[in-house]
Amino acid sequence: MDFGQILNLTLGEAIGVFTAAYALCALGLAMHFGFTGLLNFGQAGFAALGAYGYGIATLSFGWNMWASAVFGIVCAAVFAIVLGIPTLRLRADYLAIVTIAAAQTLYYFFSNSQFASVTGGSNGLSQFGEDFYGANPIPEGRYNLGIITLSQNEIWIRIVAWGLVFLIAGLLAVLTRSPWGRTLKGIREDEDAVRSLGKNVFAYKMQSLILGGVIGALGGIVFTMSSQTNQPTTWVSNFTFMTWTVLILGGAATILGPVIGSAVFFMFLMFTQGILEGLQSMGALPFLNSAQVGQIRYLLVGLFLMLLVVFQPQGFFGNKKEMQFNG
Amino acid sequence: MAKANKIDKGKVEPGCAKQDPILVADNVTRSFGGNKAVDVAHLEIPRGMITALIGPNGAGKTTLFNLLTGFDKPNTGTWQFAGKDLAGVSAYKVARLGMVRTFQLTKALSLLTVIDNMRLGAQDNPGERFWPSFIKPLWAAKEKSITERADALLERFKLDAKREDYAAELSGGQRKLLEMARALMSDPKLVMLDEPMAGVNPALTQSLLEHIKGLKASGTTVLFVEHDMHMVRHISDWVVVMAEGRIVAEGAPDVVMKNPAVIDAYLGAHANTDLGTVSIENAKEGKNV
Repeated sequence: MDFGQILNLTLGEAIGVFTAAYALCALGLAMHFGFTGLLNFGQAGFAALGAYGYGIATLSFGWNMWASAVFGIVCAAVFAIVLGIPTLRLRADYLAIVTIAAAQTLYYFFSNSQFASVTGGSNGLSQFGEDFYGANPIPEGRYNLGIITLSQNEIWIRIVAWGLVFLIAGLLAVLTRSPWGRTLKGIREDEDAVRSLGKNVFAYKMQSLILGGVIGALGGIVFTMSSQTNQPTTWVSNFTFMTWTVLILGGAATILGPVIGSAVFFMFLMFTQGILEGLQSMGALPFLNSAQVGQIRYLLVGLFLMLLVVFQPQGFFGNKKEMQFNG
Repeated sequence: MAKANKIDKGKVEPGCAKQDPILVADNVTRSFGGNKAVDVAHLEIPRGMITALIGPNGAGKTTLFNLLTGFDKPNTGTWQFAGKDLAGVSAYKVARLGMVRTFQLTKALSLLTVIDNMRLGAQDNPGERFWPSFIKPLWAAKEKSITERADALLERFKLDAKREDYAAELSGGQRKLLEMARALMSDPKLVMLDEPMAGVNPALTQSLLEHIKGLKASGTTVLFVEHDMHMVRHISDWVVVMAEGRIVAEGAPDVVMKNPAVIDAYLGAHANTDLGTVSIENAKEGKNV
């Protein structure tokens, strides 16, 4: 077992593209759940709309990367409005039910062969990143970054992905500290009280749903851009639940939480994969085959999450004092 | 009482006209299934006065509050606040028009600090709109004046020491105070308090009473639901009695409380007995109260 290799791969995950994509999706969820109290169980749907919006705009409409990204974002915003109008006036659990169903509907829609000429059906879309990678200013070659060696394109996508993460985190930090963010937190605590103070609660919840959904769409675009492939099976509810895991790990009502939560989550997966595969190849785990090694990592994540919820329920960055009062 | 003469216009009876009403409701009904929770033919609330709304449990007082403030929709009815028709107007717009309510079960925003609770009560803060909230200079001045106002109110309500605490850390009585102070942040024309004294200790009750009287002095109209008859007698200028959804009596407090219908429906035979004495007597007789 090569510990150095495992350690390098693990550290590489900390700046991975998927890590950034999940961090973005979880930041959107932090907006929804952490700061507004909206239970969105369909973040995969928002991310899928971002990814498909970008891919379809590029491949079918021939738009450039900026217009394609805007199209993906607009798709997610429209989705938020369509979901929000009937559900945001109702109790929080209705939104949860509707979002999980709507995201699943989107998955079936995108994988359906009926629209394969546009969506690619079950094969999805690929090769839509020409414009994006064409804008890469880094000269061709492989670059040794100390722990990992990356191509110019791999570096470019990481720069953009993490640039987006920090831009969005910064914007959210400004927003949540503003009177607008204060009103959202009030709505999270008791929307009738906030209504009695003359605030249009429905409009605030809609703004939050759109904003968090749009951030999720950016996450979806980043996710598919790394290998320029967008497969419909990516956007099943597993994606949503992994995003929730990332959020809960880091702390729901925090900005840094989803970012660090995502990094820890993917480093943990990579590290346990390395260790378990190493042990298995040494014959130390005779009861597991190599496919099961991949699956048992998620069991460990579940165990880790349970321990965290018991002993550190506020996540890595949450406010312990807040949890004590959360009845 | 001399004051009472100034309030009513013509004969004093349930649903009677007032000299200067701020809120006029007509034919407001609300049924839950077959049960008519509220059935108010006519009601006028006098401007600049303290009006108490009393009645037994289930009389429809809180439901009437909910209907008038837009938190519930009536089956029939119209009502005007300061001349504006309010039927069908959503709750937040009612509040913006200057008719602010509190709740029977206190709704302090637990995980916001006391000062943030107060700031949330203010109106027209540009920083509460999405795009301007990004640019602090657009709202910093307003925020500052709101905070000053909030601090002044907190001091008046003796909550200034709790300024930075979470509302969840306050006692039940302090939360009542906070909710009332928060409602005052918008400088409302009419404050509707739903059982402001429930669960508040006697020392705090006294200061709450003073605050309510202070509101009247500053020109705010107060309408409150309360079961504490001492308080009703002590501070209200006018009393409206509800039973089974209807207005059964109204008038000056001392007159209303002698009304046999009111004693029957609500106060009971022990209306003028100190409850403490009653329970001691009952205990002597071995009765279980």
